[in-house]
Amino acid sequence: MTAPDAYPGAAGDRRPGPPAIPGQAAAPASTAPGFPGVPGGHGGLEPPGEVITLQGAGKTYPGGLTALDNADLTIREGELVAIVGPSGSGKSTLLNLMGTLDRPSSGRVEVLGHDVATLSDRRLSAVRARWIGFVFQQFFLSPHLSALDNVATGLLYHGIGHSRRRERAAEALTRVGLGHRLDHKPHELSGGERQRTAIARAVVSRPRIVLADEPTGALDSTSGAAVVQLLRDLNAQGTTIAVITHDRQLADSLPRRVRILDGRIQEDDMAGTAA
Amino acid sequence: MTARSEKLPTPARLRPRDVLAVGLSGLRGRKLRAVLSALGIAIGVAAMVAVVGIGTSSQARLADQIAKLGTNLLTVAPGQSFAGTAAQLPSDADAMVERIGPVESATATGKTDATVRRNDRIEPGITGGIQVLASREDLLGTVGGKLRAGRFLDAATGNFPTVVLGDTAAKRLGVTEPGGQVWLGGQWFTVIGLLDPVPLADDLDVSALVGWEAAIKYLGFSGNPTTVYTRTAESAVEAVRDVLAPTVNPKNPNEVKVSRPSDALAAQLAAKDTFNALLLGLGAVALLVGGVGVANTMVIAVLERRQEIGLRRALGAHRGQIRTQFLTEAVTLAGLGGIAGAALGGAATYAYATAKDWPFAIPIAALAGAVAASALVGAVAGLYPAGRAARLTPTEALATG
Ligand SMILES: Nc1ncnc2c1ncn2[C@@H]1O[C@H](COP(=O)(O)OP(=O)(O)O)[C@@H](O)[C@H]1O
Ligand SMILES: [Mg+2]
Repeated sequence: MTAPDAYPGAAGDRRPGPPAIPGQAAAPASTAPGFPGVPGGHGGLEPPGEVITLQGAGKTYPGGLTALDNADLTIREGELVAIVGPSGSGKSTLLNLMGTLDRPSSGRVEVLGHDVATLSDRRLSAVRARWIGFVFQQFFLSPHLSALDNVATGLLYHGIGHSRRRERAAEALTRVGLGHRLDHKPHELSGGERQRTAIARAVVSRPRIVLADEPTGALDSTSGAAVVQLLRDLNAQGTTIAVITHDRQLADSLPRRVRILDGRIQEDDMAGTAA
Repeated sequence: MTARSEKLPTPARLRPRDVLAVGLSGLRGRKLRAVLSALGIAIGVAAMVAVVGIGTSSQARLADQIAKLGTNLLTVAPGQSFAGTAAQLPSDADAMVERIGPVESATATGKTDATVRRNDRIEPGITGGIQVLASREDLLGTVGGKLRAGRFLDAATGNFPTVVLGDTAAKRLGVTEPGGQVWLGGQWFTVIGLLDPVPLADDLDVSALVGWEAAIKYLGFSGNPTTVYTRTAESAVEAVRDVLAPTVNPKNPNEVKVSRPSDALAAQLAAKDTFNALLLGLGAVALLVGGVGVANTMVIAVLERRQEIGLRRALGAHRGQIRTQFLTEAVTLAGLGGIAGAALGGAATYAYATAKDWPFAIPIAALAGAVAASALVGAVAGLYPAGRAARLTPTEALATG
């Protein structure tokens, strides 16, 4: 249902919105950040669709540690959300539930209206393949593959052919500003370039949401800032993004902040400081 | 709660090419380890293929030999009489045999009491194990014997004190070429020919052959054959075998011994099989040990590559695809070992067969079977590690350390 061409191409292309959902008009990207999610709140415009919804979601790990407790959270199309909180507060746990990498021990997680608990492993994997892109602090690039092939891996489980995967990977790398690094192996790239490669891999499948777990955590401040700027650009082109960060300043610059402490959502601040 | 829910994406299948590429991706950058763990399989397979190949080649040689010598030679000899005394064949036994329908030729030798020595100064008791036989002139054609030098007994020479020496007999007498004389039955006999070894009638190798008439004239030979050799039509060997005894001794057929010399070679052909089974068993054990090596490598691979597994799960691989990836890797590893082993075993067989001057023979089914067996061993070896990889949840896999 995701028409490939619906995705905005190069930076600077300000076509509005994420891929259109049938029967629903996509909200212009410019209005999406900070959208309060109140139906009818925007002069008759329908609110942007809910991408991920958590209702009373909790996670208790074997051994009894409750890493997330009764979390309610809705992320809508076009949003750029920061998830902040001290180390060990449950941010990654939250992100893993949002990304269907883990199932909640209580409560409910929905992706585009589908209750994760009702989906088989195959279905859930297809959901991750098509709808969710992940960016990790440690990049997780294969050292033996070129940047291009690493990014193409993001389409592997879509069942499309090798050459088509590489074409789209080249586009994605161009979009993150690495069009000149296609054939470089990860060890030939700087840390920032590696993370941008990983981001290209996350967005190459044109997912409905990108989940990034401390993407700048392993980077120096300059390349970290570049990565953040890239996430902003992608968001401006319509990609919905949730990003975990330690960086207060960075978090404060984003339109919406979800603060976690000891496994509980303390604050969901949609005031939206303009970036 | 949300009314609007979008159609779920359908799980996609990997293309076969991608299944293979993903399965092989794990071997990249771990080439030494891959080679070492495939080596176990390769050694097992090489051993099995070489055993089968060498066995087949040696059987092919035997079969060649049997085919060349023919399986249609039968021999008739006097057995023991009821009373326990040595029985006799009638003096025209070979002529009687020749009258049997499907018989192609029949000939005979008869044992004499004479001894043969290099010269008259050697003690009469020292025979060197050489027997002196009276021989029909058509002996060689029927038994498949060949002259190495000189000529055979014929109507002319068969009446005179001339002798043809079997291969071993000539060596023991120190005769290397025809023309000389040997002391035989108390007089000098001229050596007119030397024989090559006769595989189907190896007692000729230790014999000195003299003409039928000469044996009667000079050596007091009774004229009764002690061995009748006969060639029959291939299709009638069994039938002829059954009538030979009553033909040469209608009154006491059970005093006649009939045998088929090629049976000894055929028995040798059959005997190889038990030897093969033993060595094959050893090869199979080696293959299994190789399988354990592959399993071990795969278990380690799964432990080491948890994050890769986690990443693939995050990128949308389902459990089955992770299982397939590691199974493919194990099967590839073992299969490559199998192919290398088959090549190695083939090469060893070729070298051995060439060195022994045997025909090179190796059943294609054995090669294909060996590779298939190693792939199967790989699949079994990969089952547990692949299952473990598939059972990891994405978060478990992604968790560092
Ligand atoms: N797989 C796990 N098993 C047990 N405890 C876990 C597991 N993952 C995380 N935890 C614990 O859950 C808590 C929250 O972890 P996490 O979500 O990773 O926090 P954050 O990402 O905010 O640092 C921590 O106390 C951590 O030790
Ligand atoms: Mg974390």
